[in-house]
Amino acid sequence: MRKKLITVAGLALAVALMTTACFAGGSGGDGKILHTNNSSEPGSLDPALAQGTHESWVIDHTFEGLMKKDQDGNLIGGMAKDYTVSDDNLTYTFELRDDVKWSNGDPVTAHDFEFSWKRVLDVDLGSTYAYQLYYLKNAEAYNTGEADVDDVGVKALDDTTLEVVLEEPAAYFIELTAFYTLFPVNKKVVEDNPDWAKQPETFVSNGAFKLTEWNHKANILVEKNENYYNAKEVKLDGIDFAIIENEDTAWQKYQADEFDFLYPLPQTIVADLQEKNDPELVIGEELATYYYNFNTELVPFNNAKVRKALTMAIDRETITSKVSQGGETPAYGIVPPGIPNEDGEDFQGAQGAYFEEDIEAANALLEEGLEEEGMTKEDFKATILYNTMESHKKIAQVIQEMWRNNLGVDVELENVEFQVKLDREKAGDYEISRAGWVGDYVDPMTFIDLFVTDGPYNDSGFSDAKYDELVNIAKTNVDPKVRFDAMREAEELFMDNLPVMPVYFYTKPYAQKSHLTNVHKVVNRDPSFIYADID
Amino acid sequence: MKVEYSPELFMPSEKGDKDSEKIHRPSIKYWSDVWRRLKENKLAMFGLVIIVALVFMAIIGTHLSGFKYYEQNLSNTNQSPNSVHWFGTDDLGRDMFTRIWYGARYSLLIGVAAALIDFTCGVLYGGIAGMASNKVDSWMMRIAEVIYSIPYMLIVIMMMVVFTEADSLLVMILALGLTGWVPMAILVRGQVLQLRENEYVTAANSLGASKWWILRKHIIPNAMGPILVNVTLLVPTAIFAEATLSFIGLGIEAPKSSWGTMASDGLAGLAIGHGYQLFIPAIFISLTMFAFNVLGDGLRDALDPRLRK
Amino acid sequence: MFKYIVKRIGMAIITLWAIITITFILMNAVPGDPIRTESKMPPEVYENLKEKYGLNKPYHEQYLIYLGNIARGDFGESMKSNTQTVNQMIGSGFPVSAYLGFQALLVALCFGPVLGVIASLNQNKWPDYFSMVIAIIGISVPSFVLGTVLIQFVAAKSGGLLPVAGWRSFRHTILPTIALAMSPLAFIARLMRSSMLEVLNQDYIKTAKSKGLSRGVVIVKHAIRNAILPIISVLGTITTNLVVGSFVVEKIFAIPGLGMYFVSSITSRDYPIIMGTTVFYALVLIVMLLIVDIAYVLIDPRINIMKEEG
Repeated sequence: MRKKLITVAGLALAVALMTTACFAGGSGGDGKILHTNNSSEPGSLDPALAQGTHESWVIDHTFEGLMKKDQDGNLIGGMAKDYTVSDDNLTYTFELRDDVKWSNGDPVTAHDFEFSWKRVLDVDLGSTYAYQLYYLKNAEAYNTGEADVDDVGVKALDDTTLEVVLEEPAAYFIELTAFYTLFPVNKKVVEDNPDWAKQPETFVSNGAFKLTEWNHKANILVEKNENYYNAKEVKLDGIDFAIIENEDTAWQKYQADEFDFLYPLPQTIVADLQEKNDPELVIGEELATYYYNFNTELVPFNNAKVRKALTMAIDRETITSKVSQGGETPAYGIVPPGIPNEDGEDFQGAQGAYFEEDIEAANALLEEGLEEEGMTKEDFKATILYNTMESHKKIAQVIQEMWRNNLGVDVELENVEFQVKLDREKAGDYEISRAGWVGDYVDPMTFIDLFVTDGPYNDSGFSDAKYDELVNIAKTNVDPKVRFDAMREAEELFMDNLPVMPVYFYTKPYAQKSHLTNVHKVVNRDPSFIYADID
Repeated sequence: MKVEYSPELFMPSEKGDKDSEKIHRPSIKYWSDVWRRLKENKLAMFGLVIIVALVFMAIIGTHLSGFKYYEQNLSNTNQSPNSVHWFGTDDLGRDMFTRIWYGARYSLLIGVAAALIDFTCGVLYGGIAGMASNKVDSWMMRIAEVIYSIPYMLIVIMMMVVFTEADSLLVMILALGLTGWVPMAILVRGQVLQLRENEYVTAANSLGASKWWILRKHIIPNAMGPILVNVTLLVPTAIFAEATLSFIGLGIEAPKSSWGTMASDGLAGLAIGHGYQLFIPAIFISLTMFAFNVLGDGLRDALDPRLRK
Repeated sequence: MFKYIVKRIGMAIITLWAIITITFILMNAVPGDPIRTESKMPPEVYENLKEKYGLNKPYHEQYLIYLGNIARGDFGESMKSNTQTVNQMIGSGFPVSAYLGFQALLVALCFGPVLGVIASLNQNKWPDYFSMVIAIIGISVPSFVLGTVLIQFVAAKSGGLLPVAGWRSFRHTILPTIALAMSPLAFIARLMRSSMLEVLNQDYIKTAKSKGLSRGVVIVKHAIRNAILPIISVLGTITTNLVVGSFVVEKIFAIPGLGMYFVSSITSRDYPIIMGTTVFYALVLIVMLLIVDIAYVLIDPRINIMKEEG
């Protein structure tokens, strides 16, 4: 027995000695370092391959596109100092700044952009977001092997002039140049070493910070890039992104002052901080809508009256104030706030509510609708399908209870794994399903074109020729008045039909210590620390 | 009346291999003996009382507070235990007392059923492997290795997709018993390998007892201690595993409750002082485990021939 | 003995093949694939990516490619991340998980048996009840609860002595080790107690006692040696699960180990990681169960599993 213990102890000791090197090192950086949490390990820090917040947050701090957003969300020049658009709205000519450099000292040139964008479209690279570049002429054709790389509508005329030709006019293309898939990579570096983005030693970027440490699943350290053209405005010496998946653990670290900034926060914590009016809690803007799909191909959800009745019979105010509790706003439309219309007003604010919550009217509508389908409330059976997540579960239970109390109908809940839910939705094997959408760019179109006939994300099966036409008008016109009129009409038409039930507009609550200043959170973007400072 | 004597009545009775060994007491007496000894064990009786009380409350407990398990009150959320809500309310303002007893129905059933499956499969598989020839034993253990190594989540997702029409509770219990029996089988096999070398087994063997008989009557009773320890461990494990299965979509569907999901949901409230949402279900799981544990120990002592007075 | 080990290695190859085959079938049969995400990827991009990762090849071809690569010890590359190959992920994650796992095992083995022996020698007295309370807490409080409680009530109040999470020094390992070790410790203690009680009633213990041997000698030389076997039996699976890493504990304490991949690879349907981690787990399990069988024979030479025919 004792011998065995000694053997085991010896073995463990040997392993311990063997693996002392296994502790995640990390200097944590010197000077003014901002500490925060990146939630999960990036799959890649190559802008062409990034596909989510856990990648783009670091990338937004290390790279910069042709255009960028200022602290108020306005689009301003980044790598480009200016651009011109041709009369047919198809050709964009960008003039690059002449003082822009990569972190290794190379100048950033138009050739880098041409190379980078064509690289994203290269099938062999396998970029999930390649479709973000489909606005370019022949981009989709090249990406699907039907055109040559030279046909793609992007060309460096000289070192500082980039010419971009679009397939069709697209009003929001210019905004996309501030999106990470369209960030440049250093042509020379990437051609020399395909694995350049895997190690800090070979990582070259053109943004305010450069990658200096990457301990997988532990932390990512970026430090100030002295070659950045605006480096004198950058106050921080670096940002240390920890990689902690568990929200509760990350919150404990924030409370222990190990983080200066934290997003996301556990939902119960947000509710608690709101209740206490904690000044460290900031409700950031988000461009996203939380809604439920109705399967419009099934009886009785094919009936607009039934859909409308269900939509009118839930109390959104209660859901946002008592259940989700993250400062969300109740949604009575599909396009969230934060998008200006042609007059500079908020699109959603100007449109207002498309329907009212009214239990009595809902009951009347439901009975009418069900009767048209030859049903009564007793026959009404439905299941809400949602992917496993605590917050979805809570909301589904509340909606179930509201329908039971307000309409006297019983629905069941079914939670499945995310991949299974996608499968079931694609197969039309559901009645009501939970969904959400985060806008790609600041234009109502990013929400409205979800629901075109056979759209890849149109799970409700909604199909309307008039709607498709309106979407097309808004997509191919650049006159703001024409576009916005079409989009308004489209949303109205959509909300008359209610193939989906809007619940609320998301927010992005985060916590920020008082000594941290100048953090910018603009709609549709993660919080930016580029000009942040620590007192 | 004339009495008929047929020749069959005078044939010698067949003496099977089992009878050659049969030296125990009649079984009615045996079980009443067991019960008598069990009754003397105060701790075990205490465990039994707890189990009976839990089952009783699972049946009637949902009717005591006047609230339904699904009834929400969104303006009365996260209330600590008080005179109206004896166990407080959860984050949707539902009465935790009702939800605990509603959940007890599922959790007790799941815990016991999964433990029974693991016990039966594990003891049978491990026992047969241990008694079989080295070759059979070796391959049976390799099969167990295969079953234990295949990613459990994949199997469960697959089961969910295949058995969409089947009773979900049944599928869940099946899923819970799917791989848990392997460690039990390994444990039993190890015991068998050791015990089968004992003198009394050799003796039984030479008296012509079959391997099955020896396993049943000599080896398993002597290995009962470790087996029972493992079984009582399986009860809380299964109760919590149900919460994990809920994650994949195979658990108890909301708004129905179970102790496992109540505990894992309650975890979120810990950081903001709503610890009771975690501790109340956790206490009931521990209590169940305690009750089965002491009852199991008492039962083992009562069954053990060596401890007879 | 050597012959036996060689034979077991031969069997291991067949076992591994069966595991690979069944896992391959299962992971392709469940809904979803590694390419699909929530973003509205057009069908063209989807097809491009399937081709890039060879997912549009017929299943039997994909299967043979897997078998060939695994035979060469190459688990391929993740389909979700291009920063590390699967081999690198295992190479960097396993030492971390193994360190933590062995440390937890050491704790469980130091305290578990001792607690069990003390309890058995004081049956139905307070040390017995004390050990039962420890065991009930250890077993019925799962690691996700224990870990969270430890972070919020111990680490957060330790004034920085015990870090909340991370993996930078020995101090970072203390709480996760406790969270991991509690359940096996409690299980081993219960097992040891029950096994000891069994043994203490055996005739040879009575004989030894009546020969006038001291209580200590009887317990250490005779009782423990004979009671240890069930512990050895369960150590095979316990050790395997500890050293390859626990999903729950690694997630709660933000430990860059291997355990997280066992769940994340499946939810993201990252086929190469599913296969890599499964095969690796199986390998560890096979080795551990072999060690268990060898340990049986060393502890009790009467056990004859190594003979050709038994």
